[in-house]
Amino acid sequence: MKDRTLVQVALYAAIFAMLGLLPRFDLPFAAGVPITAQSMGAMLAGVMLGAWRGALAMVLLLFVVALGAPLLAGGRGGLGVFFTPSVGFVFGWIAVAFVAGWIMQALRRAPVFPAALIAAVLGGIVVMYAFGIAGLALVGGLSVLDATKACLVFIPGDAIKAVLVALIAQTVARGMPEALLSRNA
Amino acid sequence: MISLYLAQRTWLHAVPAGWKLLALALISLALAPLDSLPVMSGLLVAVLALYVSLGKAALAQIALLRPLWPLFLILLAFHWWNGDVLAGLVVLARILAMVLLANAVTMTTRMDAMMDAVEPLLRPLGWFGVAPRAVALAVAMMIRLIPLLFALWEGLNESWRARTGKRGGWRLLAPFCIQTVRLSHHTAEALAARGGAPRHNRR
Repeated sequence: MKDRTLVQVALYAAIFAMLGLLPRFDLPFAAGVPITAQSMGAMLAGVMLGAWRGALAMVLLLFVVALGAPLLAGGRGGLGVFFTPSVGFVFGWIAVAFVAGWIMQALRRAPVFPAALIAAVLGGIVVMYAFGIAGLALVGGLSVLDATKACLVFIPGDAIKAVLVALIAQTVARGMPEALLSRNA
Repeated sequence: MISLYLAQRTWLHAVPAGWKLLALALISLALAPLDSLPVMSGLLVAVLALYVSLGKAALAQIALLRPLWPLFLILLAFHWWNGDVLAGLVVLARILAMVLLANAVTMTTRMDAMMDAVEPLLRPLGWFGVAPRAVALAVAMMIRLIPLLFALWEGLNESWRARTGKRGGWRLLAPFCIQTVRLSHHTAEALAARGGAPRHNRR
Protein backbone atom coordinates (compact mmCIF):
# COMPACT_ATOMS: atom_id res chain seq x y z
CA MET A 1 0.00 0.00 0.00
CA LYS A 2 1.38 3.42 -0.90
CA ASP A 3 1.94 6.05 1.79
CA ARG A 4 -0.47 8.39 0.07
CA THR A 5 -3.22 5.78 -0.02
CA LEU A 6 -2.76 5.09 3.68
CA VAL A 7 -3.05 8.79 4.53
CA GLN A 8 -6.10 9.26 2.31
CA VAL A 9 -7.86 6.30 3.89
CA ALA A 10 -7.12 7.66 7.37
CA LEU A 11 -8.23 11.13 6.25
CA TYR A 12 -11.66 10.09 5.04
CA ALA A 13 -12.21 7.90 8.11
CA ALA A 14 -11.40 10.99 10.20
CA ILE A 15 -13.72 13.19 8.11
CA PHE A 16 -16.50 10.67 8.68
CA ALA A 17 -15.89 10.81 12.43
CA MET A 18 -15.77 14.60 12.38
CA LEU A 19 -19.08 14.88 10.53
CA GLY A 20 -20.73 13.00 13.39
CA LEU A 21 -19.16 15.18 16.06
CA LEU A 22 -19.98 18.51 14.43
CA PRO A 23 -23.01 20.30 15.81
CA ARG A 24 -26.02 19.61 13.63
CA PHE A 25 -26.02 21.30 10.27
CA ASP A 26 -28.86 23.60 9.44
CA LEU A 27 -29.75 21.98 6.18
CA PRO A 28 -31.59 24.50 4.03
CA PHE A 29 -34.60 22.46 2.90
CA ALA A 30 -35.18 20.06 5.76
CA ALA A 31 -36.15 21.93 8.87
CA GLY A 32 -37.11 19.47 11.57
CA VAL A 33 -36.02 16.26 9.87
CA PRO A 34 -33.60 14.42 12.15
CA ILE A 35 -30.38 14.50 10.17
CA THR A 36 -26.88 13.73 11.19
CA ALA A 37 -24.32 14.60 8.60
CA GLN A 38 -22.54 11.35 9.26
CA SER A 39 -23.87 9.02 6.58
CA MET A 40 -22.72 11.67 4.14
CA GLY A 41 -19.20 10.67 5.13
CA ALA A 42 -19.64 7.24 3.56
CA MET A 43 -20.91 8.70 0.28
CA LEU A 44 -18.10 11.27 0.31
CA ALA A 45 -15.43 8.64 0.90
CA GLY A 46 -16.66 6.62 -2.07
CA VAL A 47 -17.20 9.56 -4.43
CA MET A 48 -13.87 11.16 -3.58
CA LEU A 49 -11.59 8.14 -3.15
CA GLY A 50 -13.10 5.52 -5.44
CA ALA A 51 -14.31 2.03 -4.59
CA TRP A 52 -11.43 0.29 -2.80
CA ARG A 53 -9.95 3.20 -0.92
CA GLY A 54 -13.40 4.46 0.06
CA ALA A 55 -14.38 1.05 1.42
CA LEU A 56 -11.06 0.79 3.27
CA ALA A 57 -11.68 4.17 4.90
CA MET A 58 -14.98 2.85 6.27
CA VAL A 59 -13.37 -0.40 7.43
CA LEU A 60 -10.76 1.64 9.30
CA LEU A 61 -13.45 3.77 10.90
CA LEU A 62 -15.44 0.75 12.09
CA PHE A 63 -12.24 -0.82 13.38
CA VAL A 64 -11.43 2.23 15.50
CA VAL A 65 -15.02 2.39 16.74
CA ALA A 66 -14.79 -1.28 17.74
CA LEU A 67 -11.52 -0.57 19.56
CA GLY A 68 -13.54 1.77 21.77
CA ALA A 69 -13.52 5.27 20.30
CA PRO A 70 -16.84 7.16 20.56
CA LEU A 71 -16.75 8.44 16.98
CA LEU A 72 -20.29 7.89 15.78
CA ALA A 73 -22.99 10.58 15.86
CA GLY A 74 -23.99 11.53 19.38
CA GLY A 75 -20.76 10.18 20.87
CA ARG A 76 -21.68 6.54 20.32
CA GLY A 77 -18.97 3.96 19.86
CA GLY A 78 -17.37 0.90 21.32
CA LEU A 79 -18.41 -2.69 20.77
CA GLY A 80 -22.01 -1.96 21.80
CA VAL A 81 -22.67 -0.32 18.43
CA PHE A 82 -22.39 -3.69 16.70
CA PHE A 83 -25.25 -5.14 18.75
CA THR A 84 -27.82 -2.38 18.18
CA PRO A 85 -30.60 -2.70 15.60
CA SER A 86 -28.86 -0.10 13.43
CA VAL A 87 -25.88 -2.39 12.88
CA GLY A 88 -27.02 -2.93 9.28
CA PHE A 89 -26.42 0.72 8.49
CA VAL A 90 -23.06 0.62 10.23
CA PHE A 91 -21.76 -2.25 8.10
CA GLY A 92 -23.66 -0.82 5.14
CA TRP A 93 -21.30 2.18 5.10
CA ILE A 94 -18.54 -0.05 3.74
CA ALA A 95 -20.77 -1.13 0.86
CA VAL A 96 -21.99 2.44 0.38
CA ALA A 97 -18.46 3.74 -0.11
CA PHE A 98 -17.56 0.84 -2.38
CA VAL A 99 -20.61 1.12 -4.65
CA ALA A 100 -20.51 4.93 -4.78
CA GLY A 101 -16.82 4.82 -5.64
CA TRP A 102 -17.30 2.11 -8.23
CA ILE A 103 -20.07 4.03 -10.00
CA MET A 104 -17.96 7.19 -9.88
CA GLN A 105 -15.11 5.33 -11.56
CA ALA A 106 -17.41 3.73 -14.11
CA LEU A 107 -18.84 7.15 -15.05
CA ARG A 108 -15.39 8.73 -15.29
CA ARG A 109 -16.17 10.39 -18.61
CA ALA A 110 -19.56 11.82 -17.55
CA PRO A 111 -19.82 15.34 -16.08
CA VAL A 112 -19.07 15.37 -12.35
CA PHE A 113 -22.40 16.50 -10.90
CA PRO A 114 -24.69 13.87 -12.49
CA ALA A 115 -22.09 11.14 -12.00
CA ALA A 116 -21.66 11.95 -8.32
CA LEU A 117 -25.42 12.25 -7.84
CA ILE A 118 -26.05 8.81 -9.35
CA ALA A 119 -23.21 7.37 -7.25
CA ALA A 120 -24.49 8.97 -4.05
CA VAL A 121 -28.12 7.96 -4.63
CA LEU A 122 -27.41 4.34 -5.64
CA GLY A 123 -24.72 3.91 -3.00
CA GLY A 124 -25.96 6.14 -0.20
CA ILE A 125 -29.65 5.36 -0.44
CA VAL A 126 -30.32 2.09 -2.32
CA VAL A 127 -27.36 0.13 -0.94
CA MET A 128 -27.42 1.69 2.53
CA TYR A 129 -31.11 0.98 3.09
CA ALA A 130 -30.77 -2.56 1.74
CA PHE A 131 -28.20 -3.20 4.48
CA GLY A 132 -29.98 -1.10 7.11
CA ILE A 133 -33.36 -2.74 6.59
CA ALA A 134 -31.82 -6.22 6.63
CA GLY A 135 -30.08 -5.40 9.91
CA LEU A 136 -33.19 -3.97 11.50
CA ALA A 137 -35.23 -6.99 10.42
CA LEU A 138 -32.67 -9.46 11.77
CA VAL A 139 -31.74 -7.79 15.06
CA GLY A 140 -35.15 -6.27 15.75
CA GLY A 141 -37.11 -9.36 14.80
CA LEU A 142 -39.28 -7.43 12.33
CA SER A 143 -40.57 -8.48 8.94
CA VAL A 144 -38.77 -6.83 6.02
CA LEU A 145 -41.88 -4.82 5.23
CA ASP A 146 -42.15 -3.44 8.78
CA ALA A 147 -38.43 -2.70 8.90
CA THR A 148 -38.79 -0.79 5.63
CA LYS A 149 -41.66 1.26 7.05
CA ALA A 150 -39.59 2.13 10.11
CA CYS A 151 -36.79 3.47 7.90
CA LEU A 152 -38.85 5.53 5.45
CA VAL A 153 -38.73 8.72 7.55
CA PHE A 154 -35.02 9.07 6.98
CA ILE A 155 -34.96 8.78 3.20
CA PRO A 156 -35.74 12.47 2.46
CA GLY A 157 -32.78 13.49 4.61
CA ASP A 158 -30.48 11.12 2.77
CA ALA A 159 -31.73 12.40 -0.58
CA ILE A 160 -30.66 15.90 0.48
CA LYS A 161 -27.31 14.55 1.56
CA ALA A 162 -26.83 12.85 -1.80
CA VAL A 163 -27.45 16.18 -3.58
CA LEU A 164 -25.00 17.90 -1.21
CA VAL A 165 -22.34 15.28 -1.92
CA ALA A 166 -22.79 15.80 -5.66
CA LEU A 167 -22.51 19.59 -5.20
CA ILE A 168 -19.36 19.16 -3.13
CA ALA A 169 -17.84 16.81 -5.71
CA GLN A 170 -18.54 19.33 -8.45
CA THR A 171 -17.04 22.21 -6.48
CA VAL A 172 -13.98 20.17 -5.61
CA ALA A 173 -13.59 19.11 -9.26
CA ARG A 174 -13.47 22.80 -10.20
CA GLY A 175 -11.24 23.97 -7.38
CA MET A 176 -8.74 21.11 -7.25
CA PRO A 177 -9.43 18.48 -9.92
CA GLU A 178 -6.69 16.12 -8.67
CA ALA A 179 -8.50 15.88 -5.31
CA LEU A 180 -11.22 13.82 -6.94
CA LEU A 181 -9.15 10.65 -6.79
CA SER A 182 -11.96 8.46 -8.09
CA ARG A 183 -11.47 10.12 -11.48
CA ASN A 184 -7.74 10.01 -11.96
CA ALA A 185 -6.89 6.66 -10.46
CA MET B 1 -14.12 13.84 23.47
CA ILE B 2 -16.32 11.82 25.79
CA SER B 3 -14.41 8.69 26.66
CA LEU B 4 -16.14 5.35 26.91
CA TYR B 5 -13.28 3.95 28.96
CA LEU B 6 -13.62 3.93 32.75
CA ALA B 7 -10.51 5.41 34.34
CA GLN B 8 -11.37 3.93 37.71
CA ARG B 9 -10.06 0.36 37.82
CA THR B 10 -12.51 -2.49 38.42
CA TRP B 11 -12.06 -6.24 38.56
CA LEU B 12 -13.02 -6.48 34.88
CA HIS B 13 -10.08 -4.21 33.97
CA ALA B 14 -7.76 -6.96 35.18
CA VAL B 15 -9.17 -9.57 32.79
CA PRO B 16 -7.08 -9.74 29.57
CA ALA B 17 -8.71 -8.08 26.57
CA GLY B 18 -8.56 -11.27 24.50
CA TRP B 19 -10.60 -13.23 27.06
CA LYS B 20 -13.24 -10.50 27.27
CA LEU B 21 -13.59 -10.38 23.48
CA LEU B 22 -13.78 -14.17 23.28
CA ALA B 23 -16.45 -14.29 26.02
CA LEU B 24 -18.48 -11.60 24.26
CA ALA B 25 -18.30 -13.46 20.95
CA LEU B 26 -19.24 -16.81 22.55
CA ILE B 27 -22.17 -15.33 24.48
CA SER B 28 -23.55 -13.60 21.40
CA LEU B 29 -23.24 -16.83 19.38
CA ALA B 30 -24.85 -18.91 22.12
CA LEU B 31 -27.78 -16.51 22.37
CA ALA B 32 -28.49 -16.34 18.66
CA PRO B 33 -30.82 -19.39 18.51
CA LEU B 34 -32.57 -18.67 21.84
CA ASP B 35 -35.76 -16.65 22.07
CA SER B 36 -37.53 -17.22 25.35
CA LEU B 37 -38.45 -14.33 27.61
CA PRO B 38 -37.19 -15.96 30.85
CA VAL B 39 -33.73 -16.61 29.35
CA MET B 40 -33.44 -13.10 27.94
CA SER B 41 -34.66 -11.31 31.03
CA GLY B 42 -32.39 -13.55 33.14
CA LEU B 43 -29.48 -12.47 30.94
CA LEU B 44 -30.46 -8.81 31.27
CA VAL B 45 -30.57 -9.13 35.07
CA ALA B 46 -27.16 -10.84 35.02
CA VAL B 47 -25.69 -8.04 32.91
CA LEU B 48 -27.15 -5.42 35.25
CA ALA B 49 -25.64 -7.32 38.19
CA LEU B 50 -22.30 -7.14 36.35
CA TYR B 51 -22.69 -3.36 36.11
CA VAL B 52 -23.52 -3.12 39.82
CA SER B 53 -20.35 -5.09 40.60
CA LEU B 54 -18.34 -2.61 38.52
CA GLY B 55 -19.48 0.32 40.62
CA LYS B 56 -21.24 3.64 40.27
CA ALA B 57 -19.25 4.97 37.32
CA ALA B 58 -20.23 1.91 35.27
CA LEU B 59 -23.91 2.31 36.16
CA ALA B 60 -23.75 5.93 35.01
CA GLN B 61 -22.58 4.70 31.60
CA ILE B 62 -26.00 3.05 31.08
CA ALA B 63 -27.17 6.56 30.21
CA LEU B 64 -25.28 6.13 26.93
CA LEU B 65 -28.24 4.07 25.77
CA ARG B 66 -30.45 7.16 25.73
CA PRO B 67 -30.16 7.80 21.97
CA LEU B 68 -31.48 4.27 21.40
CA TRP B 69 -34.79 4.71 23.24
CA PRO B 70 -36.78 6.07 20.26
CA LEU B 71 -35.64 3.07 18.22
CA PHE B 72 -36.70 0.71 21.02
CA LEU B 73 -40.13 2.33 21.18
CA ILE B 74 -40.56 1.99 17.42
CA LEU B 75 -39.53 -1.68 17.57
CA LEU B 76 -41.97 -2.37 20.37
CA ALA B 77 -44.73 -0.50 18.55
CA PHE B 78 -44.25 -2.64 15.45
CA HIS B 79 -44.37 -5.86 17.45
CA TRP B 80 -47.45 -4.65 19.32
CA TRP B 81 -49.11 -3.77 16.02
CA ASN B 82 -48.46 -7.32 14.81
CA GLY B 83 -50.10 -8.63 17.98
CA ASP B 84 -46.96 -10.10 19.50
CA VAL B 85 -45.78 -7.86 22.31
CA LEU B 86 -44.01 -10.82 23.92
CA ALA B 87 -41.72 -11.30 20.92
CA GLY B 88 -40.99 -7.57 21.04
CA LEU B 89 -39.98 -7.78 24.70
CA VAL B 90 -37.68 -10.75 23.99
CA VAL B 91 -35.99 -8.85 21.14
CA LEU B 92 -35.64 -5.76 23.31
CA ALA B 93 -34.17 -7.67 26.26
CA ARG B 94 -31.69 -9.39 23.95
CA ILE B 95 -30.57 -6.09 22.36
CA LEU B 96 -30.29 -4.31 25.73
CA ALA B 97 -28.31 -7.14 27.30
CA MET B 98 -25.90 -7.51 24.38
CA VAL B 99 -25.31 -3.76 23.96
CA LEU B 100 -24.65 -3.38 27.69
CA LEU B 101 -22.38 -6.43 27.75
CA ALA B 102 -20.38 -5.19 24.76
CA ASN B 103 -20.13 -1.75 26.37
CA ALA B 104 -18.82 -3.35 29.53
CA VAL B 105 -15.91 -4.76 27.51
CA THR B 106 -15.25 -1.37 25.92
CA MET B 107 -15.49 0.40 29.30
CA THR B 108 -12.87 -1.79 30.92
CA THR B 109 -10.35 -2.21 28.08
CA ARG B 110 -7.85 0.40 26.96
CA MET B 111 -7.72 0.99 23.21
CA ASP B 112 -4.09 -0.09 22.97
CA ALA B 113 -4.82 -3.32 24.87
CA MET B 114 -7.69 -3.95 22.44
CA MET B 115 -5.37 -3.27 19.51
CA ASP B 116 -2.79 -5.75 20.85
CA ALA B 117 -5.51 -8.35 21.39
CA VAL B 118 -6.72 -8.18 17.79
CA GLU B 119 -3.30 -7.85 16.16
CA PRO B 120 -2.94 -11.64 15.64
CA LEU B 121 -6.26 -11.52 13.75
CA LEU B 122 -4.78 -8.91 11.42
CA ARG B 123 -1.84 -11.11 10.46
CA PRO B 124 -3.60 -12.66 7.43
CA LEU B 125 -3.70 -9.11 5.97
CA GLY B 126 0.02 -9.57 5.35
CA TRP B 127 -0.84 -11.95 2.51
CA PHE B 128 -2.48 -9.01 0.73
CA GLY B 129 0.52 -6.77 1.30
CA VAL B 130 -0.88 -4.87 4.29
CA ALA B 131 1.39 -5.03 7.33
CA PRO B 132 -0.45 -5.10 10.68
CA ARG B 133 1.92 -2.30 11.75
CA ALA B 134 0.55 -0.21 8.90
CA VAL B 135 -2.96 -0.78 10.29
CA ALA B 136 -1.80 0.49 13.69
CA LEU B 137 -0.30 3.53 11.97
CA ALA B 138 -3.54 4.21 10.10
CA VAL B 139 -5.50 4.00 13.36
CA ALA B 140 -3.16 6.43 15.11
CA MET B 141 -3.14 8.77 12.15
CA MET B 142 -6.91 8.83 11.93
CA ILE B 143 -7.31 9.66 15.62
CA ARG B 144 -4.66 12.38 15.34
CA LEU B 145 -6.34 13.86 12.25
CA ILE B 146 -9.69 14.46 13.95
CA PRO B 147 -8.64 17.49 16.08
CA LEU B 148 -6.69 18.85 13.10
CA LEU B 149 -9.80 18.64 10.96
CA PHE B 150 -11.81 20.42 13.64
CA ALA B 151 -9.27 23.25 13.68
CA LEU B 152 -9.43 23.45 9.88
CA TRP B 153 -13.23 23.58 9.99
CA GLU B 154 -13.18 26.29 12.67
CA GLY B 155 -10.81 28.35 10.54
CA LEU B 156 -13.11 28.15 7.53
CA ASN B 157 -16.10 28.91 9.72
CA GLU B 158 -14.47 32.04 11.13
CA SER B 159 -13.54 33.32 7.68
CA TRP B 160 -17.08 32.74 6.52
CA ARG B 161 -18.46 34.54 9.56
CA ALA B 162 -16.13 37.48 8.99
CA ARG B 163 -17.49 37.84 5.47
CA THR B 164 -21.19 37.19 6.03
CA GLY B 165 -21.92 37.38 9.75
CA LYS B 166 -23.55 33.94 9.62
CA ARG B 167 -22.46 30.38 10.30
CA GLY B 168 -21.13 28.57 7.26
CA GLY B 169 -22.68 25.14 7.87
CA TRP B 170 -22.81 22.84 4.86
CA ARG B 171 -21.40 25.51 2.53
CA LEU B 172 -17.98 24.94 4.08
CA LEU B 173 -17.87 21.30 3.03
CA ALA B 174 -16.41 21.78 -0.45
CA PRO B 175 -13.55 24.11 0.55
CA PHE B 176 -13.04 21.86 3.56
CA CYS B 177 -12.59 18.80 1.32
CA ILE B 178 -10.08 20.66 -0.87
CA GLN B 179 -8.05 21.76 2.16
CA THR B 180 -8.06 18.30 3.70
CA VAL B 181 -6.72 16.79 0.48
CA ARG B 182 -3.91 19.34 0.58
CA LEU B 183 -3.31 18.36 4.22
CA SER B 184 -3.18 14.68 3.24
CA HIS B 185 -0.57 15.39 0.54
CA HIS B 186 1.66 17.11 3.11
CA THR B 187 1.14 14.27 5.59
CA ALA B 188 2.02 11.67 2.94
CA GLU B 189 5.17 13.57 2.04
CA ALA B 190 6.17 13.85 5.69
CA LEU B 191 5.55 10.13 6.10
CA ALA B 192 7.65 9.30 3.04
CA ALA B 193 10.44 11.54 4.33
CA ARG B 194 10.50 9.48 7.50
CA GLY B 195 10.88 6.20 5.65
CA GLY B 196 7.26 5.55 4.70
CA ALA B 197 4.55 3.34 6.15
CA PRO B 198 5.71 0.01 7.63
CA ARG B 199 5.77 -2.75 5.01
CA HIS B 200 6.87 -5.57 7.26
CA ASN B 201 5.81 -6.52 10.71
CA ARG B 202 9.09 -5.66 12.39
CA ARG B 203 9.04 -3.22 15.27
